[in-house]
Parts: sequence; C-alpha cells; structure tokens
Amino acid sequence: MTSEPHRPPEGPSAHREAATLELRHIRKQYAGTAEPAIDDLSLEVPAGEICVLVGPSGCGKTTAMRLVNRMIEPTSGDILIDGASIMDRHPAELRREIGYAIQQIGLFPHQTVADNIAVVPKLLGWDRRRVSARVEELLDLIGLEPAMAARYPGQLSGGQRQRVGVARALAADPPLMLMDEPFGAIDPISRERLQNEFLRLQGEIRKTIVFVTHDIDEAIKMGDRIAVLRKGGVLAQYATPAELLMAPADEFVEDFVGADRALKRLALQRVRDIDLWDAPTVRVGDPGAQARERAAASPIGHALLVDDDGRPVSWLSATDLAADTVRPHEGRLTTVELDDILRDALADLLQGQVMYGVVTDGGGRVAGVLSVEVISGFLTEQGAGSIDEAPAPADRAAQ
Amino acid sequence: MSVALTTASVLSDFSDGLDFLVHQRESVAGGVMVGGSKNLPLLGKHLEVVGLAMLLAVLVAVPLGLYLGHTGRGSFLASSISNVGRSVPAIALVLFFSSYLGLELKNLVFAMTLLAIPPIFTNTYVGVRQVDGDVVDAARGMGLSGTQVVRRVELPLALPLVFGGIRTSVVNVIATATLGPFAGVLTLGDPIINASVYGDAGRVGTAMLVAGLAVGAEILFALLQRAVTPAPLRPARGRLRAGRPARVADAAI
Repeated sequence: MTSEPHRPPEGPSAHREAATLELRHIRKQYAGTAEPAIDDLSLEVPAGEICVLVGPSGCGKTTAMRLVNRMIEPTSGDILIDGASIMDRHPAELRREIGYAIQQIGLFPHQTVADNIAVVPKLLGWDRRRVSARVEELLDLIGLEPAMAARYPGQLSGGQRQRVGVARALAADPPLMLMDEPFGAIDPISRERLQNEFLRLQGEIRKTIVFVTHDIDEAIKMGDRIAVLRKGGVLAQYATPAELLMAPADEFVEDFVGADRALKRLALQRVRDIDLWDAPTVRVGDPGAQARERAAASPIGHALLVDDDGRPVSWLSATDLAADTVRPHEGRLTTVELDDILRDALADLLQGQVMYGVVTDGGGRVAGVLSVEVISGFLTEQGAGSIDEAPAPADRAAQ
Repeated sequence: MSVALTTASVLSDFSDGLDFLVHQRESVAGGVMVGGSKNLPLLGKHLEVVGLAMLLAVLVAVPLGLYLGHTGRGSFLASSISNVGRSVPAIALVLFFSSYLGLELKNLVFAMTLLAIPPIFTNTYVGVRQVDGDVVDAARGMGLSGTQVVRRVELPLALPLVFGGIRTSVVNVIATATLGPFAGVLTLGDPIINASVYGDAGRVGTAMLVAGLAVGAEILFALLQRAVTPAPLRPARGRLRAGRPARVADAAI
C-alpha cells in the first residue's frame, strides 16, 4: 500500500495542527502615496500562539493582517505559512484555510446562523452530515442554543452575532485565524465576557491567531506576543506582554503602553505566580502555647484557624489564643484564589479593607497568605529586576 | 348639474368601451369588423412586444448591472443611462427606429427594449452597490470567488431591487407599446390611435384594457418582488418600497 492521499480526518472537525506564520520584510505602498503603509515588517508567530497587532490608527495593523490572506497584496517581501509562501497559492483557496473574523462581522443577512457558519465547509465540499454535525459542535462551543441555528442574523444580539462570527471563522478548523477587532463593536461588559470565553476556547483549540486591536489593554490580555506598530507600518516592538510592560523599547512604546504600565502588570500575573507567605495555621485542640508561638513568628501577628480539611475559618489574635488549647472560633476572612489575577486579588483586599488575604487552592484549602506588601514588593522588584526570572510558585504553605 | 352630466357621460363612455371589448361591430367607415374577438390578435401582438422587449432588457441589463455593480466600475455609465432613460421620449425612439430601420416588429421591440433597460439596469447596479461592504469583505475573506460572491451574496441581496426595476419597466412597456402602429405593428395602440376606424368606444375600451394590463402587471410583479426578497429582509408589514428606479447618485458615491 502506497501513501494515502491527503484526506480530512474522520469526524466533523478536522483538528488540524496550528500553523506557524512568518512575515519577511513586508513592504506595502499604495499607488500614489509617498509613504508606505507597511515598511519592512518582519514577524514570526509560533504555532498555537496569539499574536496581537496593536498601534494607533493609521499604523497599518489591519493592512498587515489582510496581507496574510491576500486580501491585500504586498509590494515586496514574502509571507510563509508553515514554511510555504502564500504567493504560490490561489487567493480564494488560501482564504478557505484561514479563519477570518472582522469587527463588523459581516454575517450574511439572508442566511440562517447555521448557513452562515457552514459557508466555508460547504465551499470545501464537505458532505451535508459532516457540515451539520460541525455546525452543532460549534454552536455548543460558542455557547449558543441549538435552536439558534435557524435564526437569522437580524434576530440576534450584538454579542451573539460576534460569537457566530467567531464560529464561522472556526468552521473549517483552520490552522490559522485572522481577527480584526472581533470584540470591538460591543459594550464593555459583553466584550470582557467574550474575551474570557475566547481565551478559554483558545486553551482548547490552540490556533495560531493574528489579532488586531487598537486597545493596549485588550492586547495585553489576549496576546501571547504583541507587535506594536507605529505610523507608517514600522514595527516598534515585538515582545511578550510582560516584556512590553517591563521594558518598552522606546518612548513611543512607553507612551502607547501608558503611564499605568506598572498597574497593568498586575493583570498579567496570577496569585500563584508570586511568593506567598506561609500561613500560620492552627487547628482546634492544638496546644495554646504552640499556637501563640506560630502567631508571634509570623509577620501577620495572628494565627489562622483552619478546619479538618484545611479550609480557612478565622484569624486568631493573641487574646483569642490565651487558653490552653485552641478553641473553635468564628470570624470574617477575605480569601483569594491561586488562579485569580493579581489585579483582582488586590481589588479584593482593598474592598475587604484588609492587609492580608488568605489564598486558597482549587479545593478551598489554605495555600498561603497574600499581603498588600507582597504585591507592592512584587511590583518594585519586577520593575527594577530582570524580566526573565519566573516568580517561584507558592507551595511553601502546602508543607 | 354639470358635474352630474359629466359623470353620466363618462359612465356611458365606459360602458360603450366595455361593450367594444366584448362585442364585434362594423368599423366606423364600414366594411371591416372590429371589437370583441377581433381584439385578440391586437392583444396577442401587444403582449408579444412586451414579452420580447422585457426578456431582452433583462438579459442585457441584469448581467451588466451585476458586473458593473460588483466591480464598482461604471458609476458614470450607470448614472448616464438612468438619466438618458428618463429624458428620451418613447415616441421619438419608436419613430427613429421605424423611419431608419423600417416598419417591423423587431424595430418596435428594439425601441421598447431600450426603454426598458434603464430602470432594470439602474436598480440592479444600485442593488449590488448597496449590499453592506462588510458582508462582501467577509465573503471574500472566507474564500468565495468573485462569481460566488455575486451569486451567493450580491444577487440575492439585490434581487428585491432588481425586481423593482423590472416592475417599473414592464408597466412602462405595456403602456408604451401602444405606439406600435407608428412602427407598423398592430398592437392594442391601434384602436387608440385610429379612432376614425374603431370609433370612440374602441379608443376608450382599449385604453381601459391597456390600463388594466398595466395595473395587473404592477400587482403581479409586486408579489414576485416580495417572493424573491429573502425572508428575513421582508418588511414585517406594509409594502415593499416602491419599485421606482433608485437614484444612482445615492449609491454610486
């Protein structure tokens, strides 16, 4: 038996591997203009990562994105997907392999949601059963009721339309996706929810994505890598969000990232990423002397009462620990989770008007203590220090 | 008093006209039978002219409008055609073609076709141009070829306007085909023009018939226009917007 011809795998979705994308010295100059729209742009996007193109209006970020599926042709330079030049491909065929989602969505108003999602699979000649199975799968993936399949775009809310737009872009399971401000045209609350949903989705599907936005906060949130462009399509910096915030390449990037970049870093880190304090845990029935000793040894000056499962119950002061053994006690606690981002954790501490928050793991057990001091220490240390040091995970409290 | 008299005489003209449509009688000058079933060949010729002219006009105007609308070229041509179409008198066209090309059916059809083209062309062009640019961009970005964009997106979304244009033209041509006798073609215009042969009853009766045909066509094509409108784009209630040729200037810019 010789080698099999290339065939799509079984099942409604193809589960194709993500592709690598490389832009090589791309230049785009429109006829009759003095300045190029894109000037010598080179970028490499590893497979399965989100590359955000960000910059002020007129920086050519959308142009750069549209070069990738040949909606715009470069003046010079080359673009490679998985190492093969797209210039050798027929544009329409190339585009069927690249997911495409734009801010205005552009759903076909005369077709149902199901037909809209099925556009590319049908172009690719999938049979009807595979198409309808895929539509069902995608509706589930984007969290829409199966009954929505028969609706028309005009009957959907803005957020639902955005979801259908994303589903349509994902329909043929493309190894590469282009998204031009896909969450731009909706209200901030729905936008944040869609962003979170999309990140969760991306965790499962691991596509290579080129994501265009003018919003630096969205870029920091969504991007594995961020390409900051300046006017004339010049790449100002291409870096991870952390690098961008910690070490802006020049004044332009610094300005663009914003004066509050220190605070923005809080959105990049999770509670588990920083050094937590040990929790001075005690249990009911522990000897009072030992408990008092633990409280005194901790910078907090209190002991933390936990139940038999290790879940936090209350802080105990020296007065509470005056007895021979530790007694049951009730109290109020501010807790944060290991997976919370630092910004939210800090907000919780400020909200609770406390200096210390008990950090719990997924099972609700005590994993350490987060203090406002730790966060501020993290900010100053990170600001001054090297960006390469990964903060040690906080597992000391688990002893 | 005079109003009552006028009303009475109009009513009697109408009933004479209706009578002409159903009963044969001798012509005014005598010797020939007119009216009743003798009208059928005139009606047949009339409908033949309308049918042929509309067919040709649709075959020319729709593809041309789709092509120019899709490519975005020819907005100057589009507005010129629509303006010229509105300003050239039909009778001038008919007389021009018949005097230079001869008194023949095809010359009348040719003149009628030229009259029918502008509304259909303009509406098709505007119908395609008014399709949401983002929808077309998304279609191209997903990998639809140019032809597929036209067939699956632009044409379905332009179809209501295309039919609006056809509706305008068909009413126009039904009315204007009465000029047929000037081109040597005996349409329903013959009794209207030659009252000396058909009498006043003939003139009024045929005019009523032509008006009835025009209204009937208008209603038929309004229903067709509604039928071809994609379901989600149909107005919930009330009429579709009138099938008048849209102004090119609105959409071309």
